[in-house]
Amino acid sequence: MNKALSGALRSAFGAAAAGVVLAASGAAFAADPIKIGVIAEAQAIAGASIPQAAQLAADEINAAGGVDGRKIEIIGYDNHSSSADSVRAFQRAVNEDKVNIVIASYISEVVLALEPWASRLKTPFVTPGAASNEISKSVHADYEKNKYTFHGYLTSAALALSVCDGAKDLLVDKMHMKTAVIMSEDAAWTKPLDVGYEECLPKIGLKVLDHIRFSPDTTDFTPIFNKIEGAKPDVIITGISHVGVQPTVQWKNQQVPIPMFGISSQATNETFGKDTNQAAEGVLYQGVSGPGVAVTPKSVPFAENFRKKFGNYPSYAGYTAYDEVYYIADAVKRAGSTDADKLVDALEKTDWEGTIGRVQFYGKDDPFTHSIKYGKGLITGLMLQWQDGKQSAVWPKEVAKIDIKFPSFIKLSN
Amino acid sequence: MRAFQILIDGFAISALYALGATGFTLIFGVSGVLNLSHGAIMVAAAVAAWAAASILGVGTYAGALIGVGVALLTAFLTYFAVVKPIQDSRRIPNEEKEIFVLTGTLLWGIMIQELIAYFFTNNAKTVLPIVEGVVEILGVRTPKNEIFTAIVCCLVIGLLWLLVNRTRTGKAVLAASMNPRGVTLLGLELTNIYIVVWAIYGILAGIAGVLLGMFLGVSSYSVGPLTASAFSIVVLGGLGSVSGSLIAAFVVGYLETLTAYLVSPAYRTIPALLLLVFVMYIRPQGLLGRR
Repeated sequence: MNKALSGALRSAFGAAAAGVVLAASGAAFAADPIKIGVIAEAQAIAGASIPQAAQLAADEINAAGGVDGRKIEIIGYDNHSSSADSVRAFQRAVNEDKVNIVIASYISEVVLALEPWASRLKTPFVTPGAASNEISKSVHADYEKNKYTFHGYLTSAALALSVCDGAKDLLVDKMHMKTAVIMSEDAAWTKPLDVGYEECLPKIGLKVLDHIRFSPDTTDFTPIFNKIEGAKPDVIITGISHVGVQPTVQWKNQQVPIPMFGISSQATNETFGKDTNQAAEGVLYQGVSGPGVAVTPKSVPFAENFRKKFGNYPSYAGYTAYDEVYYIADAVKRAGSTDADKLVDALEKTDWEGTIGRVQFYGKDDPFTHSIKYGKGLITGLMLQWQDGKQSAVWPKEVAKIDIKFPSFIKLSN
Repeated sequence: MRAFQILIDGFAISALYALGATGFTLIFGVSGVLNLSHGAIMVAAAVAAWAAASILGVGTYAGALIGVGVALLTAFLTYFAVVKPIQDSRRIPNEEKEIFVLTGTLLWGIMIQELIAYFFTNNAKTVLPIVEGVVEILGVRTPKNEIFTAIVCCLVIGLLWLLVNRTRTGKAVLAASMNPRGVTLLGLELTNIYIVVWAIYGILAGIAGVLLGMFLGVSSYSVGPLTASAFSIVVLGGLGSVSGSLIAAFVVGYLETLTAYLVSPAYRTIPALLLLVFVMYIRPQGLLGRR
């Protein structure tokens, strides 16, 4: 771009135009960047970490020279937790902004809405935080059509297994608990989760006394806790993500004497402590990684760098989004191209040690095609507890830092 | 046991609904304004109280006061920036002004909601309760904060009653709600009365918002449901009738609580909405409506 012209534009249109000119001239000289569209719930506690973590990973990769000289460019879109906004963002990302691949959302409903668009627009797409089994089941059911979708987080079925594995060691073996009530929000991701809970809890020795599903719009949890208390369980097994602050605060304010244990997505973000005025104290939640937990050598440095840059430790979806940018870069390198089909092939062969463990995807013949593999040596998840205003790992024992401790209003029955 | 539980929980939530709806109905009664930014003002109060206490660390009481102050400011801003320009406009025909005010306040509410989501995320916030802990009442473990909420609501509504019925300003407000033209003929400036009413409204909505933040927690998502609940309570009670709103608040509060306990928390709001539809059929002016 001609300097005189650039100067004229600058004086005519001001700084905004100058930015465009500089960007355009920059793009013309450098090798084409690898463009990753990041569609996320920037205003939600669990989703806010997604674009931040993706940017952090891109900055690190770029600082180290990029992928074969190509820089990674993150283009962010706030979807306001809406499926419709996400679909528009996806179309825009592909058609206008020409992204090569999309990372999107922690909400299953959103991801299920985007899945057909990934197929139609033939654009690879990875979710860092949705859990519904249906995401990868559809890939299995119609592989040729849906192969563009990758499930970069555990399925609800795997999440249930992870919670049950933790509950067996912590609650049944150590604390001799015998009964549980399942409390979950009514959403796409909890349907398979509840099926998993119903199946695995009795197997580990926790009898399910009741099962309460409630609307994610619920604001007053008093009747729910009241009903749970009436059943006299030893523990409440949770499946909450859209809600989190309100049930946790009301659990504390009403001094419900039963511990909560399970999936509580909002509790994975460090900001949860402030949002609940520290009512989170004693909450036990499943995570794929956490502050100070060396799941792999990469986990702690990432969490600390993230905190340095953004002021708080990331939510679970921050860890997965960070890993995703890295294994996408790795796949581009191996494929030697950003061509969609080649990228899909390369992603299928992913074997990447990230912050949450070793990432591999289930193949075409597995029922959960393109979902990350669950199991020892891969990803097992962990249980963490909020203690003294901090999140600390309590399970498995290889990474556990502390023992479980409950606030004084919790009355353990054994 | 369960009956007592329903009685106690229902009372707290009904008192809160009553407080939220009173200001809403007062404004309609006096100035004919249906303020659809009501929920946004309540949420702004709660989020401001949370932010002041949790981020700035000013303490619970100061936080609560700041919350009410923010609601008062927002209410004035609503009146002076949105409602008054529409009412004073010569270009909007008089018969269309109500629609303009409805649309204006609705959009204003959405703007406040988006601002809150932008600066404080759309996650729920809970205001640290002024009193913590629980007490046993009739065998029901009740958070002290719930009792505090109910007492403050009743006190504030009582004060409002005194203000309206026992003070000169209050009587002017009451008179304006009956016959605005008559009030102006008596030499009272109608705009001044409106300012008083909006001030009362701001304080009521602020207290209701902060208490709601302490009791249940609010998020920017609560804006719509809060406006809708105040709206349906006020319509059920009779637009513009304060006592009708109070009765309706308790009817709705208890109906919701009964449903949550005896049927399922998931269907909490449905019977109250059905009742509203039913009342609209047989008594369109609401329980104590005059129009």
